[in-house]
Amino acid sequence: MNSFFTIEGILYFGAISLSIIGLFGLLVSKNLFRMLLSLVLFEAGANLVLVLSGFIRNGIAPIFLDGNSGAVMNDPVPQALVLTAIVIGVGVQALALSLIFRVKKHYGSMDMRTIRSKLEREIATQAGVTPPGSNEAPAPVKLVKGEAHE
Amino acid sequence: MIWVVAVVVFIMLAAALAVLFLPNMIAAVVASAVVSLSLTVIFAIVKAPDVAMTEAAIGAGLSSLILAIGLKRLGYWKTDSIDKVKAGERHD
Amino acid sequence: MTKYSALLFISGLVFLLMVITGLLPMGHTPMLVGNAILEGAKDQVGAANVVTSVVLGYRGLDTLGELSILFAAASVVGLVLTKSSFNKHASNNDDKHDHHDSGFVAVNAIDLIFPLLLVVGMYIITHGHLTPGGGFQGGVVLAVAFSMLVIVRPRRVSINHGMVSIIESFAGVSFIVIGVVALFKGQSFLQPLLGHGEFASLWSAGTLPLLYLAVGLKVGAELAGLLLALNTDEVAS
Repeated sequence: MNSFFTIEGILYFGAISLSIIGLFGLLVSKNLFRMLLSLVLFEAGANLVLVLSGFIRNGIAPIFLDGNSGAVMNDPVPQALVLTAIVIGVGVQALALSLIFRVKKHYGSMDMRTIRSKLEREIATQAGVTPPGSNEAPAPVKLVKGEAHE
Repeated sequence: MIWVVAVVVFIMLAAALAVLFLPNMIAAVVASAVVSLSLTVIFAIVKAPDVAMTEAAIGAGLSSLILAIGLKRLGYWKTDSIDKVKAGERHD
Repeated sequence: MTKYSALLFISGLVFLLMVITGLLPMGHTPMLVGNAILEGAKDQVGAANVVTSVVLGYRGLDTLGELSILFAAASVVGLVLTKSSFNKHASNNDDKHDHHDSGFVAVNAIDLIFPLLLVVGMYIITHGHLTPGGGFQGGVVLAVAFSMLVIVRPRRVSINHGMVSIIESFAGVSFIVIGVVALFKGQSFLQPLLGHGEFASLWSAGTLPLLYLAVGLKVGAELAGLLLALNTDEVAS
């Protein structure tokens, strides 16, 4: 990395930071809808990295015009890949949203902790064993309150 | 040119952080649309006009529409009063 | 605790990615395929927009796979959402009462803007091989136009789901048929036919405009159906 403060350096920094922000949100957020938004950010950052891999300094857009027969063009292959990746991304997003609708309808909540405890209780009752840890135990309730204030 | 790139990247990262930390969900969806619009400008700067058009149509238009429908269906379509915002209440 | 371990993981990943980025040759591309395509695209395909010749010519099979992924996503959304509304018998009766027309501004604006959106969408689709744009972008514009019409005034306007699926299947089948015709001519799958025509005119690049028209109709019909399925679903909140 000879000099960071070039156009490519700034753009690579932005793309990687965008993916990292999306991944961080995906890991730490407790709300399903915010996880979906983080997934969108992550995907946008990955697309930006792909497009930047075909970027040539002082290159022109890969379209034949009247007077640009000798100019250097950007690589068209990553652009074509990203073109389809964006369209697939919106399909995945709609699919995730429909699954969130179902989860909200079944469990009545969007919080990951509530959903997980309800799911464990459901599995335990279906298997015929007592649920792991009583539901009215004070310890998990305290933990939830302590994390919510963070 | 390089300052334009720096400003656009700064706006994009600020909006991305706002998506994660804004308490109101409507504001978070609008911030993700801002991220898509900044990405459109960046794609136009790196000479990828096809990708820029796709991102403008899908990322800023259709994706926001889908997320807005999701907000309406999930019961997040409400604005906060000032005291709630000051108290720092979150929906999640 | 989860937050701190996530932070640790993320910081390690940042370090790794920064090292990888430092090794990249910035400002010029490492791949040779792009240069070969840029040199040969004008004679082999004949489209002015090189990205179009990559999407439909050199990587046409890839686009077919992408369309099938989108089809799978749309069908799974339909499956998931209709099953949830199937359990509620009363939902169909109350459907009309739940939806109201939007306000004055939205209704009049969508009336004003709808024909304009149709023209822009068809223009983007049909000029995909000459200028930036193409089937994906134009299809999205068409889908948003139709579904906005339904979302804004749900009482007045309704879209026939059978018609949407007919358009979608017709577009998908015609994409594959155009590809198979090239096989019978003794060329490879999805090879552009019909000659190149005059370079950079509307009727050029062989079958690429037809393929992009099929892609645009298919993407538009699929996304419109997906938006309507998301919008009309009855979910208890």
